[in-house]
Amino acid sequence: MNALFTKSLVRSHRAKSRCLSFVRAFGVSRLRSTRAGLGVALVASMAAAAPAAAQDIAITNARLVIGDGSAPVEGGTVVVRGGKVVAAGTGVAVPAGVERVDAEGRWVTPGLVAAFSRVGLVEVDAVSGTNDRSATRSRFSAGLDIAPALNPMGSPVAVNRAGGVTRAIVAPGPSSSLFAGQGAVVDLGDDNDMVTRARALQFVAFGEAGSSKAGGSRAATFLLFREQLLAARSYARNPAALAEWGNDALLQRADAEALVRVIDGTTPLFVRVDRASDILNVLKLKGEFPAMKLVLVGATDGWLVARDIAAAKVPVILSPLSDLPDSFERLAATQSNAGRLKEAGVDVSVGVFDDDDAHKMGYATQYAGNLVGLARVPGASGLTWDEAFASISSAPARAVGMEASIGSLRPGRAGDVVIWDDDPLELGSRPVAVWIDGKAQSLTTRQDRLRDRYANPQEGALPKAYDR
Amino acid sequence: MRTRLKASLLAAVSLGFAGCAATGGEAKSAGDKPAASAEKSAKFDKNPYPSTYRPYPSQTTVVRGVTIFDGEGGRIDDGVIVMADGKVEAVGGADLAVPAGAAAIDGRGKYLTPGVIDIHSHLGDYPSPSVDAHSDGNEATSPTTPEVWSEHSVWPQDPGFSRALANGGVTSLQILPGSANLMGGRSITLKNVPARTVQGMKFPGAPYGLKMACGENPKRVYGGKGRMPSTRMGNFAVNRQTWAKAAAHKKKMDEGKADRDLAMETLVGVLSGEILVHNHCYRADEMALVIDMAKEFGYKVSTFHHAVESYKIADLLAKEGICSAMWADWWGFKMESYDGVNENVPLVERAGACAIVHSDDANQIQRLNQEAAKALKAGRRMGIDISDAQAWTWVSYNPAKALGIADRTGSLKPGKMADVVLWNGNPFSAYTRPEKVWIDGALMYDANDPKRRPVSDFELGQPGEGDVK
Repeated sequence: MNALFTKSLVRSHRAKSRCLSFVRAFGVSRLRSTRAGLGVALVASMAAAAPAAAQDIAITNARLVIGDGSAPVEGGTVVVRGGKVVAAGTGVAVPAGVERVDAEGRWVTPGLVAAFSRVGLVEVDAVSGTNDRSATRSRFSAGLDIAPALNPMGSPVAVNRAGGVTRAIVAPGPSSSLFAGQGAVVDLGDDNDMVTRARALQFVAFGEAGSSKAGGSRAATFLLFREQLLAARSYARNPAALAEWGNDALLQRADAEALVRVIDGTTPLFVRVDRASDILNVLKLKGEFPAMKLVLVGATDGWLVARDIAAAKVPVILSPLSDLPDSFERLAATQSNAGRLKEAGVDVSVGVFDDDDAHKMGYATQYAGNLVGLARVPGASGLTWDEAFASISSAPARAVGMEASIGSLRPGRAGDVVIWDDDPLELGSRPVAVWIDGKAQSLTTRQDRLRDRYANPQEGALPKAYDR
Repeated sequence: MRTRLKASLLAAVSLGFAGCAATGGEAKSAGDKPAASAEKSAKFDKNPYPSTYRPYPSQTTVVRGVTIFDGEGGRIDDGVIVMADGKVEAVGGADLAVPAGAAAIDGRGKYLTPGVIDIHSHLGDYPSPSVDAHSDGNEATSPTTPEVWSEHSVWPQDPGFSRALANGGVTSLQILPGSANLMGGRSITLKNVPARTVQGMKFPGAPYGLKMACGENPKRVYGGKGRMPSTRMGNFAVNRQTWAKAAAHKKKMDEGKADRDLAMETLVGVLSGEILVHNHCYRADEMALVIDMAKEFGYKVSTFHHAVESYKIADLLAKEGICSAMWADWWGFKMESYDGVNENVPLVERAGACAIVHSDDANQIQRLNQEAAKALKAGRRMGIDISDAQAWTWVSYNPAKALGIADRTGSLKPGKMADVVLWNGNPFSAYTRPEKVWIDGALMYDANDPKRRPVSDFELGQPGEGDVK
C-alpha cells in the first residue's frame, strides 16, 4: 500500500480521490434509494482496498451472470483470489480469510469486453493532438502497433469503466495503406498499465474503404492483400529479400513481420467488411492462407450469407442496431442481423463502432438489451438475454482468442467483476462496484465532478471555480 | 455519429469543392431572377411551396386498459383513448364512454404516448445512402445563407424516415440545414409520412425555423477557407453585421420599399417573430452571449441545440424561457462537447427550463425514448425525482412547443392530431418497441402487419426489401 502511495504525488492524489469517490458512490448517490446495509459493507471493504491492490474477495448473495451464455443464478457467489476468479456459482464456499461483499441480490457479472473500439487512443476526436486513432500519413501500415499510443489516464477510459467496461479490444483506424496495423487487448483499470495483450489483432478494411486505400477498386484490394501477404511470406523465408526489392518493396520490414504473424495465425485478422459478396470473397482467402484466423467486423449484410460464415467458423463482431442502407455495401442492413447470424450458428459479438468508438463503449449494454427486445417483434430475430450478455463479454474474448483469460466468471479468468444497480442490459443501469484483476476501481469520472459542481448552477459566495 | 460528423466535423472537407462557387453573397442569389427583383417584398407569397399533406384515411379507434403518458406530464393507468376523425377525441380512465362500432384494441401490459417529435434531424438532406450526390445539408459557400430552405434539399425517399417511424415512433420532425454556417438557412417541420414530394410531408401551418450555429464549426469551415469568420469573435461580428442589415431591411419592408431579398426575408421573419431560431450551441458561455445578441437585435431564440453545457446555466435558460435540445450522453467528439454530463437533461428540467431530447442522427432518432430513459435514470441517481410521464415531455410536448406546433400535436389533449404510439411495454425499457403508430389517426405502422410498413423507392427491389429492419 505504501509503495503505491509513494509512487508519485499524482498517484497518491489519485488514490486519495478514489477513497472519496467510493464514499460518494456508495454512501450517497448510488445507494440513495436502496438499503443501507450494502453501502456500509462495501464502503468498509473499498476503503481498505483503496490503493488498488489486488484483493481476495468473495461477492455473495448475487444474481450471478457467468457471461458464457448460461442463465443467471440467484444466490450466487464469486470468489476472486490473486486477481483471478477461482470459483463462481451457487454452493460455492467462501475460503477463510477472504473478504466478503454481500451483493444483496443485485446483478453481478463479468466486466464488459468492448468488442471493437478505440478507447485509449482518443481524448477528443476533433483535437488532432489527442487523437491517435489513425496514422494516415505514416509510411508504415501493418507494422503499426497502437500499444505505445494508449493513454490509460485519459478521461474516456474512466467514463467507459464507470459504464462497466473492464476490457476492450482496441483497433487502429486506417493507415496510409491497406492494412491498418496492430491493435491490442487492454484493461480499463485506474492505473498506468493498460495493455493486456499487445499486437492482439491486425486490422484491415475491405469493401469501399479498402478499395479507396488500394487504388480505387475492389480488384486492387484483393490483389494488394494477396501480394503483401506473399511478400511477407518471402520475407519470412529470406529476410535479405527485402533489401533486394529496394524501393519496389510492397512492405516495410515492420509491416512484413506483422503480416507473417497474420499468415501463421499468431495474430487474428479483423476484417471490416459489409457487402455479402465481399464477405464471401474474404472467406475464400482462407483457402490460400489456411492458418489465418479471420474475424469479420461489421458484416452488415452478413445475414444474406449466414450459412457460409457459419461453415467457415469465422466469428462476427457487429454493430447490431445499424439498420440503414447508408451505403451500397449495406443495402440489406437490419437489426435482425445478429439474431439471424446466431440462428445460423455464427459466433456473434456486439460492438459499438458505427457510432462513437472511443467514448461510448457503455452503449454495448443498451445495444444488447435492444436485441433482447427485438426477439418480441413479429418477424424479427434477436437474442435471448443470456446470449445478449455473452455477446458483450465472453464472445468478444473468444473472437480475439482470449476466452481462457477474460470475458467470463469461469475459474481462471481475470477477476473483472461488476455489481450493477439493476439489470445490466436495461437502460441507464450502472455499476455500483467494479473490480479489474481483483482490484477495486474508482467509478468517479470528470463528468461526475462537473455534475456535482453545477448541481446548483448559481454561484455562491465564491465563483464556481472554487467549488470542488 | 456518421451523420453528425458529416453534418459538422467534416462539413469543410466533404463540401470543400463547392467553395469555388462562393463568389456572391446571399443577396445576389435572389437577384438572379430579374422578374423577381422588381417585385416589392410587401406583396410576396410567404408560402410558395405549400403543404399538400392530407391525413390518410382513419377509422374511429379505441385503446383500452393501457398505461398512458399524455405528453404533458400526466399519467393514466388502465387508461382509455378514443381517436376519431384523425383527432384525439377523448382520453380517460376505465370508465370513459366510448363510441359504438369503433375498432377496439386491448392495451393491457402496453403503453400509449403521443408520437415522438425529433426537433433536430437531417433525414432527407443527409439521407441514406450517404453518397456525395445526396450530401445536401450544408450550403457551405458563405457563412450566412439564410436564403436557403432545407425543404429544397429533402429527399422524401430517404429510408431513414421509415426507421424513425417503425423503431422510434417518430410522428413529426424538424429537418435543419447543417451547422457549417452561422446562419444555415430555413428549417422545415414534417409529418413523418411517406410521400412522393416534400410538400406531401410538410406539417400544415408549422412556422419556419432559422438554423444558426455557434462555435467551432463556422469558424473552422470559413477559417479553413481563409475568410471570415475564423474565430468566435468573428462569428459574432458576422452575425451582428448581418442582423443590423436585416433590421434595416425590415424597415424598408415595413415601408413597402424593399426589393425581394430571400436572405433578408428570412431574417426579417425572425425579427417579426414569424420564424423561430434554432441555434446549434454547445458551450454555456456562448449561449449567454447569443442571448444578449438576440436582445440587441430584438429577436428570440426558441431552442439551443446540442446544448451540452446547458446544465451550467440552467437558471439563465429558465429565466429567458429558452429550450435546450440535448443528447443523453454524447461527449468528447469535439472540444465544445468535452464537458458533457449524463445528468444534463434532468438538471435542465429541475431548474424549470424546457428540456428536449434530440437526435441529430439517423440511428438515434430510432431510440429517442431510450435516450430519454438514460437521462431520466441518471437524474434519479443524483436524487432528481422526475416521473416517467414528466420525462415524456422531453420527446413530445417540449419539442412541439419549441417548434410552434404544440397547439396541434405533442400531447393527447382532445382536439389535437391523433399522433399516437402504442408501445409493447414501457417505452423507457430497452426491451420495448412500437407496436402501432398512428399519424392524424391513420395507422401508418403496425408491427403485426407487414403491409403497414413503408418501403422507400430506394429499397424497393433491393436485398432486404420490406424486411423488419
